[in-house]
Amino acid sequence: MMRTPLSRVRGLGAAHHGTEQFWLERLTGAFSVILLVILIGIVITLVGRSHATVIATLSKPLVTVIFVAAIISFSIHMKLVMQVVIEDYVHTPLRKVTLLMLNTFFCWGVGLACVFAILKISFGP
Amino acid sequence: MSETSARPRPVSPHLTIYRLTWTMAMSIIHRICGIGLYFGTLLLAWWLVAAATGAKYFDTASAFFGSWFGQLILLGYTWALVHYLLGLIRHFIWDTGFGFGPERQTLARMTLVGSVSITILLWALALVLRS
Repeated sequence: MMRTPLSRVRGLGAAHHGTEQFWLERLTGAFSVILLVILIGIVITLVGRSHATVIATLSKPLVTVIFVAAIISFSIHMKLVMQVVIEDYVHTPLRKVTLLMLNTFFCWGVGLACVFAILKISFGP
Repeated sequence: MSETSARPRPVSPHLTIYRLTWTMAMSIIHRICGIGLYFGTLLLAWWLVAAATGAKYFDTASAFFGSWFGQLILLGYTWALVHYLLGLIRHFIWDTGFGFGPERQTLARMTLVGSVSITILLWALALVLRS
């Protein structure tokens, strides 16, 4: 007998989000693996290079798009993974909610700073 | 009701009572690496913001990354990144339903051996490219 009919499962579960978070974590994980490999390939050529060389590489459209995609993917993945860590170890409601808020704030903050910087580099001074 | 709620709630056995195994160690290290990388993205943000700000500020950031302390952090960051990346791939293998037999231990060992070797390779490559 089916114990969880679709009508009950859809959009429900403890957080009323079903398996959405798990799936998004896996999806951004897969994107991050691919983008990280490319990113490492780009950054490794920039080790010890001058500002002008770094700017020249980062402002190439393809490099910019890869960076922006990677940063978005990392930020979402980071937010979801840290949320699981917080939910695993912090059980005091006030502390938990505060940390969850800080987590969202941190990931958005770092993500936006990176995206803004790379776009500024790409579009020029 | 108040009598029962005053008693401490039973807790499930945790880390301390289990013998440390490879899979367990890799699971713990995966999480530690993830937390490290989480805060490590600040380095990426700093590097990008420094590059966007200007040559003078970028040189300050470069000087830090080039110092022994900066290099130590970057070495740790590289290893954590590669280790976490291999851990993600291992999780993808598990997600497809494979790798739950005795090969679990091999997978766990390969994650550590792989992450250390790839880190050394990447740093060697960076040194070669730099010169």
